[in-house]
Amino acid sequence: MAHDVMTRVPAPAPADAGARSPRRRKGGHWTAWAFLAPVVVYLVAFYAYPLYRNLDLSLRHYTVRSFVQGDAPFSGLDNYRTVFADPAFGPALLHTLVFTFVSIAFQFAIGLALAVFFAQNFRLSATLRALFLVPWLLPLIVSASTWTWMLNSDSGIVNAALELIHVDPVNWLTSPDWALTSVIIANIWIGIPFNLVVLYSGLQAIPADVYEAAAIDGATGWQRFWRITFPLLRPVSAITLLLGLVYTLKVFDIIWIMTKGGPADASTTFATWSYRLSFGNLLPEFGPGAAVGNLLILMALFFGLLYIRFQRRQSS
Amino acid sequence: MTTLRRRAAAAFAITACLVAGCSSSSESSGTGGEAGGTYTIWDPYPQFDGGSDWVKLLTGCGTDAGVTVERTGYDTTDLTNKALLAAQQGNSPDVLIVDNPVVSTLADAGVLTTTDELKVDTSAIEPNLLAAGQIGGKTYGIPIGANTLALYYNKAVLDSAGVDPAAIKDWAALTAALEKVKASGKKGITFSAIGTEEGSFQFLPWFWGSGANLTQLDSAQGIAALELWNGWVKSGYAPNSVLNNTQTTSWQEFATGDFAFSENGTWQLANAKKTGFAYGIIPIPSRAGGTAPAPTGGEFVTAPVQAETGRYAVTEKLIGCLTSADNAYTTDTTLSYIAATEAVQQKQVAANEELKVWVDAVQAAKGRTSDDLGTRYPKISQPMWTAFQAALSGSASPADALKTAQTTAAAATK
Repeated sequence: MAHDVMTRVPAPAPADAGARSPRRRKGGHWTAWAFLAPVVVYLVAFYAYPLYRNLDLSLRHYTVRSFVQGDAPFSGLDNYRTVFADPAFGPALLHTLVFTFVSIAFQFAIGLALAVFFAQNFRLSATLRALFLVPWLLPLIVSASTWTWMLNSDSGIVNAALELIHVDPVNWLTSPDWALTSVIIANIWIGIPFNLVVLYSGLQAIPADVYEAAAIDGATGWQRFWRITFPLLRPVSAITLLLGLVYTLKVFDIIWIMTKGGPADASTTFATWSYRLSFGNLLPEFGPGAAVGNLLILMALFFGLLYIRFQRRQSS
Repeated sequence: MTTLRRRAAAAFAITACLVAGCSSSSESSGTGGEAGGTYTIWDPYPQFDGGSDWVKLLTGCGTDAGVTVERTGYDTTDLTNKALLAAQQGNSPDVLIVDNPVVSTLADAGVLTTTDELKVDTSAIEPNLLAAGQIGGKTYGIPIGANTLALYYNKAVLDSAGVDPAAIKDWAALTAALEKVKASGKKGITFSAIGTEEGSFQFLPWFWGSGANLTQLDSAQGIAALELWNGWVKSGYAPNSVLNNTQTTSWQEFATGDFAFSENGTWQLANAKKTGFAYGIIPIPSRAGGTAPAPTGGEFVTAPVQAETGRYAVTEKLIGCLTSADNAYTTDTTLSYIAATEAVQQKQVAANEELKVWVDAVQAAKGRTSDDLGTRYPKISQPMWTAFQAALSGSASPADALKTAQTTAAAATK
């Protein structure tokens, strides 16, 4: 079906365009805009305006009073200066980067290993693959709360298991040395299915005869992976990594549910910091909160541009 | 387009009426046309639906005042931002029931009317409860009731450890009791030291009970309070999980029956009966002896500023109805709160002897935004919770952690 539609639609287009061209000269301009209007309105209302508002929020000195009365004075980059000068800035930046890159590295490596494993299509592979999707299907609040229970210092199952093998219990969520590691572990678990699914579908696109040819030439399994699978999967890998980056940069719920960014900021990232500034206190600080949010957007944008560059280089 | 046309039609109708002098119909369309005699109330009790006593009370108060009441229940964490946004858009509710530390924030934003302006009588309200809603000599609402913290204990655990709860009057006695409980193989105390406002709420009885003041976090008394908590965690009297406990999870730990004490609120009374073990309640002791001032919880009934000041007369009636002695008794029983007036408190104790300890605790309690701290409180509370998180997790000593907190708080409240 889908194939049918895809091939059929473009065919009549040129004939149509030719027939309509005289009419377009008169009211065509307006008709075109009328057709565009829904998209433009949608983009402006739901993307451009919120972005503009967030930028505006971050450039004004907001108090609760001026928020209500809408007369906050323009303060330039003051909010950004406040954020940069905050002692929480350095650790939050470090945590954001560590959280993002460690999560991505493990998610991608494990996801790729599983994808290659499942690509062999053995018996039960479909069932097992479905099982790996479970973290993706669960609402985040459920999985994060479950992790919180499992990692509880006193009554958690993880520490109970450690005790069985005579290892001292670890304060997973309440020790400043472990809190970040704990949320990263939970996030890796949640992110594996996404990597698995995308990379698995990428593997399906690699023609089998390439492998056959390599096998005839006597390539080992290891060589086949590094010389064929990995290079041919590069475009898919790139988009997986980019989406993963953007998605992981802004992870908020898992950290907030598991540690609230604590103990004492030990697992605070930009996402939780921005939330805490704007909503996590009795007295909201919208300006600095928006500033931190914008820094996150800039980071995501940077990686997005990096991806576009990579893609251009690839196609040229 | 349509609004313009409607406005034009309305203007035309009013002009026509002015000319023709149809006073009665113009009045009904003036106040009724837009609001239809409808008054909006927002509260943070989404657990109550249309059939609950609370909503029936609201509807009844509306009927008495001759208006229709439109009530919306919001999650309490949502309500502050909802109220600020509504004020920004100019569609605030007529009556807003909001958590007491938020009152000063909203008052600071210019969102709330004063009780003088509204002519609400606050003379019967206990001054320590009313103080949370007073900033700069003005009162911005009236407490609907109050709750606070005390220590729940497990009778069986204390008996087997040989501890008499009635003898716990100061910190030393409490710590000694915890030591005995630990020696008997049970767990000492659970509380919530989470890095949010909830944690600050739980820390304050110890902080104030030591004689410390929020304007000086790193005073010797303040450090003593944090050292008390820190000592309990380090000695294993309190579990390490307190760092991540909300008051609910802390209660769940106590409900397992392994713990001797739980620092928890009036609102857990109903759950305490469900635990299946004998329990008792003592006030939180202060350092030197006697009841420590615990922070007050509970909501204020406030009246947001309206463009049409004519609405205040009815709003005043609604608020008077909600906080009248009879209705306050019903409401506070429903919410498991202690009343804000002495007369109703006595009535509550007469009906339920168990509430005596809570009435005492509420009378000793103190608003977080009191002492004219107002909107400075949130800026102190956050460094404070960061400090006890840092100390209890072992990343700084209590003295160092509070010193850092004081620097941050001083800079923020300058």
